Amino acid sequence: MSDWFPKNISTFGGDIDSVFNLIFWIVGIGFLLGEVFIFYALFRFRRREGKKAEYVNGDLWPHVGWLIIPAAIILVLDLWIDFAGAKAYDRIKGDMPISDVVVKVDGKQFNWIITYPGPDGAFGTEDDLILENELHVPVNKVVKVLLGSKDVIHSFFVPVLRLKQDMLPGREIEAWFEATETGRYEIACAELCGYGHYTMRGFLSVHSEAEYANWLVERWPAPETEADGQQK
Amino acid sequence: MSEHGNGHAEPTSFLRKYVFSIDHKVIGKQYLFLSLFMALFGGLMAYYMRWQLAWPETAIPGAGWIPEPMAFGGIIPPEFYNALITLHGTIMVFFVGMPLLLGALGNYLVPLMIGADDMAFPRLNMMSFWTITTASLVLMASFFVEGGAASAGWTGYAPLSADPIHTGVGWGLNLWIMALALEFTSFLMGGINFLTTVVTMRVPGMTMFRLPLMVWMQITAAVLFMLSVGPLIAGAILLLLDRTVGTGFFIPERGGDPLLWQHLFWFFGHPEVYVVLLPGLGAIMEILPVFTRRPIFGYKTIVYSTIVAGALSFLVWAHHMFVSGIDPQIVMPFSITTILISVPFAVIIFAFMASLWGGSIRFTTPMLFAIGTIVTFIIGGVTGIFNGSAPVDIFIHDTYFVVAHFHFTLFPDVFLGGFAALYFWFPKMFGKMMNETLGKVHFWWTTITFNMVFIPMFLIGAGGHMRRIYNPLQYDFLKPMQDINIFITWSAVALLVGQLVFIFNFFWSMYRGKKAEDNPWEATTLEWAAAPTPPPHGNFETVPTVYHGPYEYSCPGQETDWQPQHVEKGSVAA
Amino acid sequence: MSEAIAMTEHQPTHEVKGRMGMWWFLASEIMTFGGFIAIYVLYRMASGGAWSSMAEHVSTLMGTINTVVLLTSSLTIVKAYEAIDKQDRKSAQRFLLITLILAFAFLGVKAIEYATEISNGYTPLTGIFWSFYFVMTGLHGLHVVGGIVAIGALYIMAIRGTLWNGTQKRVEYIGLYWHFVDIVWIFLFPLLYLSY
Ligand SMILES: [Cu+2]
Ligand SMILES: [Cu+2]
Repeated sequence: MSDWFPKNISTFGGDIDSVFNLIFWIVGIGFLLGEVFIFYALFRFRRREGKKAEYVNGDLWPHVGWLIIPAAIILVLDLWIDFAGAKAYDRIKGDMPISDVVVKVDGKQFNWIITYPGPDGAFGTEDDLILENELHVPVNKVVKVLLGSKDVIHSFFVPVLRLKQDMLPGREIEAWFEATETGRYEIACAELCGYGHYTMRGFLSVHSEAEYANWLVERWPAPETEADGQQK
Repeated sequence: MSEHGNGHAEPTSFLRKYVFSIDHKVIGKQYLFLSLFMALFGGLMAYYMRWQLAWPETAIPGAGWIPEPMAFGGIIPPEFYNALITLHGTIMVFFVGMPLLLGALGNYLVPLMIGADDMAFPRLNMMSFWTITTASLVLMASFFVEGGAASAGWTGYAPLSADPIHTGVGWGLNLWIMALALEFTSFLMGGINFLTTVVTMRVPGMTMFRLPLMVWMQITAAVLFMLSVGPLIAGAILLLLDRTVGTGFFIPERGGDPLLWQHLFWFFGHPEVYVVLLPGLGAIMEILPVFTRRPIFGYKTIVYSTIVAGALSFLVWAHHMFVSGIDPQIVMPFSITTILISVPFAVIIFAFMASLWGGSIRFTTPMLFAIGTIVTFIIGGVTGIFNGSAPVDIFIHDTYFVVAHFHFTLFPDVFLGGFAALYFWFPKMFGKMMNETLGKVHFWWTTITFNMVFIPMFLIGAGGHMRRIYNPLQYDFLKPMQDINIFITWSAVALLVGQLVFIFNFFWSMYRGKKAEDNPWEATTLEWAAAPTPPPHGNFETVPTVYHGPYEYSCPGQETDWQPQHVEKGSVAA
Repeated sequence: MSEAIAMTEHQPTHEVKGRMGMWWFLASEIMTFGGFIAIYVLYRMASGGAWSSMAEHVSTLMGTINTVVLLTSSLTIVKAYEAIDKQDRKSAQRFLLITLILAFAFLGVKAIEYATEISNGYTPLTGIFWSFYFVMTGLHGLHVVGGIVAIGALYIMAIRGTLWNGTQKRVEYIGLYWHFVDIVWIFLFPLLYLSY
């Protein structure tokens, strides 16, 4: 079923997809077995003349075993899923890798306000660059996004990155990703934020390293950058 | 007149008999009609939403009557779309699911099943019904106030819901909160009534482990509701104050915390799912033994599993908040409890499956619906594992995968289970049999179209399709899935239209149906075996005494294959 | 109606049902007030001491007076119940009346307290502590009003002489409720008045 997923261009996207697949197979097989059992039982034990039903109330051993043993199997499978999930979750939400690029993304009815700190690396300074709905990042680099909101709760959702994180007003939440393929992808808001929620669409542009360097130079031509940096 | 014991006199005036009745059977029917009426609205809203999703911003057939500014010549604006999603959810959970499964079935069946002549507090019972009726009116009225109805989703997340400036919705959302508060009050009163009734009014011999499982499910639901709703009532009061007085409990600039609302909502929300779920499963538990002609498998195991699941349901709420910004440290523990809650439910499903084995199965309409409930509910159950897994939830949270999942739990339970119950108990309630052929047509039509609506939603959800989106064509990555959206919409139309068969059958049978005998299904529980059809005021002609458990079918050495609860084994069935 | 008589034989008496209903009612009330108290405590912990300066301005004196008033009223309603048990109608009436007066006294002190705070500029909008203060004491006050209505009804019944024919157990149920109102206050008092 993960064929239906959008393309994955994130380093940890594969972990999510593989946990999904693991659950899909475990649950899928269990589901099929269960349904086959039900339909077989319905067919085999349909009413027939002269055949009385069996009187088994199932409250005594060993009958209870017919419920407890399958339940124990479910428990073991559950734990398997939990452990696989915990590993993937730790990779994504555990210790954050050292980031190469830091960007601030704020939700605001109904736009993405994207702030680059500029060469000085600090937010709230004059060399900050503020863009609307356009997020530019280099490929194969760890990007840290600082998520916030100016009004209500939004949710930063990049399907190709398998990244979703709510953005709360009054809080800054860190998330990270590392894109593995260049291209231009869509950013969506995943949390109902008002009448314009559905229009809250942004773009993630993943550039090759050279392209990204160019993009940086275009924004912050070298001499000014240095001057700026020293002023602060 | 004063009530001594419970033998309050039978009222004679029309108003006292049918409108302000204190007879649990009449009140049960009132709840039934209320919930069916509200279901029509909920379904109509679903239709408008689906049409908008398939053919965005076109005139919806049958929406022309909606006045401006809700719709413009049948075209609905995003504000109204958001109101539709909000009210659809609110109505289906609180004004259809609960009144149908707890209000109607609980009221009608609990006293009959335990041998009582009425509820413990008949007047309180009447008040419960009129409170939820008032709540329904308040909710519907909210469409017509300035600014329109609530549009912050049925979950009403703050701060979107906490300050009118974010949505432009003023009194609409206040009325929504008030309607919910009234609804909660109604079901708290109902819960107090159910619990007191079951604890104090069982007939001699009706021990707790001889109760029909439906009664167990009802009282577990009542306890879960009572223990979970309090904090949300507190939260609702705070939310209302934020909106009207200007306090800042959920507004960060004023020192509040928006996440608190989510915690309160879901601390209630997950147990609430079981409040709705359990009585629906309870109906299945009553129907299975009757039409397999054998005892349910593992009565006690089912009861214990239900209690375990109920207790666990208080420890899983944060699974709705994995991407909300809560501390990642507490995510995994909640993920584990969530996935573990599948164990007690798996036990219950296994018990259902084992109950088929060795039976002598009769495929009547109620039985078909009961089987349909189990078969589809399993899909809802197993897909919950995906949502419960924290890493997977990062991707599928707030997508149609989640929408499909909870519709696969609640629709089978409320509608398929509800229909099973209605086809099953209709003869007792109205003294007439429903038409079997129409019933079977209704079953196949409903089950097939239901799956056609919601299975594709798993696929588009896996494709990343966000929920609560007014126009999916805004996004390039959703455009390839638009054909599926159109397919879903046609299926939904078919699903809704198919319900006309039920409505016709329901009313036609009420007047023209074959007269029902006292116990047409040859069932063992008191409401069938000991009470006349339809039961008179006071329910039983003589007080039954109970000799054994509720599902004594095909006992060895007995003449008939059913042994009523109030007839001792060995003696001839009355 | 012989049928009704047959019913009553196995039916529990009104008292059992009434008491049980009241307990279930109080259980749901506990969850609601418990919700408020939990929210308050969590917020307060998260605020890291910033509330203490606000909490200082609450009148501990009036809070203490009200605590004494309410505790005494809990005692007097027990006395009323005991008097009824002993068929002593006169003192039952008297104790119900004292309970009523104490309940009104509680509200009176509360009104003075509110008026003072508001005239000093502390309204529900002054800050989140004050929002909690007014909401929680306000809701508790509403419960006191509810208690006054119920106890007042009992008192009127007592005067009219209708409280004795099998309905005197109502004093017990209302008493339970009144103790609950008291216990909520016992939680609110330290949380709001003594916690700076
Ligand atoms: Cu949004
Ligand atoms: Cu949940």
